[in-house]
Amino acid sequence: MKEGFRQSMAWLHTWSGLLVCWVLLLVFCGGTASYYRSEITLWMQPELHAAAANPVSSEIAASAAQAAMTERAAGATRWFITLPDERNPATQLGWSKPSKPGEKKKGRRGNFHSEQADPATGEVLSKPRETRGGEFLYRLHFDLHYMSAIWARWIVGFCAMFMLVSIISGIITHKRIFKDLFTFRPKKGQRSWLDAHNVTAVLALPFHLMITYTGLVTLMFLYMPSGATAAYQGDKDAFFSEAFPRAEERKAAGVAAPLTAFAPLVRQAEAKWGGKVERISVNAPGDANATISLSRASGRDMSTRQPSMDFDGVTGKLLSSNGEVVPGAAATQGVMIGLHVAHFGAPLLRALFFLCGLAGCAMVATGALLWAVKTRQKQAKALAAGKRASFGLRLVEALNIGAIAGIPIAFGAYFWANRLLPVVMEERPKEEIACFFGAWALAAIVAQLRPTRAMWRIELTAGAILLAGLPVLNVFTTDSHLGVTLFLGRGPVPVAAFDLVVLSLGLLLAYAAYKLKPLPSKAKKAAPAAPAAATNSNTTLPGAA
Amino acid sequence: MQAPATTIKMPRLRLSAGAMYRLGVASRGVAAIVGGYVLAALVTMLLSVSLPMARSEAVMTATLLSFTIYTCAVLWVFATGSALRAWLGLLIPSVVIAAILQWMGALSWSLA
Repeated sequence: MKEGFRQSMAWLHTWSGLLVCWVLLLVFCGGTASYYRSEITLWMQPELHAAAANPVSSEIAASAAQAAMTERAAGATRWFITLPDERNPATQLGWSKPSKPGEKKKGRRGNFHSEQADPATGEVLSKPRETRGGEFLYRLHFDLHYMSAIWARWIVGFCAMFMLVSIISGIITHKRIFKDLFTFRPKKGQRSWLDAHNVTAVLALPFHLMITYTGLVTLMFLYMPSGATAAYQGDKDAFFSEAFPRAEERKAAGVAAPLTAFAPLVRQAEAKWGGKVERISVNAPGDANATISLSRASGRDMSTRQPSMDFDGVTGKLLSSNGEVVPGAAATQGVMIGLHVAHFGAPLLRALFFLCGLAGCAMVATGALLWAVKTRQKQAKALAAGKRASFGLRLVEALNIGAIAGIPIAFGAYFWANRLLPVVMEERPKEEIACFFGAWALAAIVAQLRPTRAMWRIELTAGAILLAGLPVLNVFTTDSHLGVTLFLGRGPVPVAAFDLVVLSLGLLLAYAAYKLKPLPSKAKKAAPAAPAAATNSNTTLPGAA
Repeated sequence: MQAPATTIKMPRLRLSAGAMYRLGVASRGVAAIVGGYVLAALVTMLLSVSLPMARSEAVMTATLLSFTIYTCAVLWVFATGSALRAWLGLLIPSVVIAAILQWMGALSWSLA
């Protein structure tokens, strides 16, 4: 602005970061949790924990699924089958039925049925409690909630753009990136928060930059449709069918004909791709014009674009195969989205992505705290003279408590609700989500009423109890608690890992709350609302959720 | 309109330095968010119709780059000396690109 280049970039960094940081923190927390979407869902369905997770080959699973569908999904217009993999032990079966004449349309998914089946036998698994599980957290990080998805995506995209600008201007502002990586001066108030912000930001900088840009790329044709519109004279369908080619859909002939067996097709596709089949979908099953489409499991390479093969449903003849050769730019987009969702990640790499995500949460949180601490410093004289903090400062401090200490409370409440609500219940998933937002709203409102140091401590403690209490709650509500999964070595590993992760996050929050112990009475009068000025805690303190 | 001589002379609208600063920041904010988007969208259009590669590939490449262009535009808006320069720096290239697109017959006003 009026000063030099670096100063103007520092200004831009501060404000582009501050304005949207609370939404970003939610997006980061939800996104980070989404790396373990399936594991979270599994944890939230204890009824499935006992299901034997004996891995079977795709061919056996496909045959079992076909038998189950033939029996249960007669008359459906489409079948969708997702074969099991290392992270999802059950086969997912889904089908849509034509709506009966005279029946009111029930929306896009109104006539869609789905269930989970034993991969080896195709039998329905004991119906688990209804929950959105990790799917809710995943959707939350770009569709938000209680609003239309399109609006939410625009809001999240807008915030992501701010984030991108903030990251780039932050890098420009930074003189000594490498040196700062090794700099942490604890217990020095503002300095410490700056160091913490630098460390969490710079340490995982490639990740932050990547995740922000690729996040925008996942929805780029929503955010920036002008290119496709210009090049295709407004005919976007033409663009999509050229950029994402798919086999043409065949109309049902209306003549019944038996469906060919899946297993040989799966064998053929896997031999050709050298990778596992993940999804089988059937258009017009039982019809003479039935089509069977197979697509490869992601994870063999980095791209989310996986090849697919279409077969004639009666003869089993290969009709077409798509997506084996993807042109450069399209492949780039596929890899960028692949990097964002990290389906290729082996367990260790996935854990690293998760940790980077946590660092992102910490970066956003420390940035927000830094602004509050700095501004309080600026107003120190006025505050000492008995004046009240400015409106902006008070607002930011309250929002910081509501977001940084409040989001862990919301996550905790969601998981507690999963265990404590009656197992059979109307609209159970909705109630769980209501607990998430109810707890968060409470935390945020209380924080607005009294944004004080004591409030930080109360809310951090609440978050700590909720998260660290989950493994304990598990002991009383399930048979797959740590005592079984960890000490007896039985039961699903993801469930044990979930317990351990929330336990450590809870302990981190508890440590933060402990660090905020009341100041000695002498200093009490001038006690800052932000937890920063006097005592200090480590870098991971607030945002770890 | 000529003011009657009897009325009290209105003081010329003078903004304090602080208010000017705030207005400048607000103006740059609008320039960055709206102007930056328009410029990025126009550059994306131009690249989409002119990159020497298959049509869908050109669109893909241009759209992938669009967020970089947007970011650069925003940085420029806040780095340059005055809000006026910021606006001009967005408007001039936008108009030039729009003119080229118009000449190519590829300008589309529907962004969605």
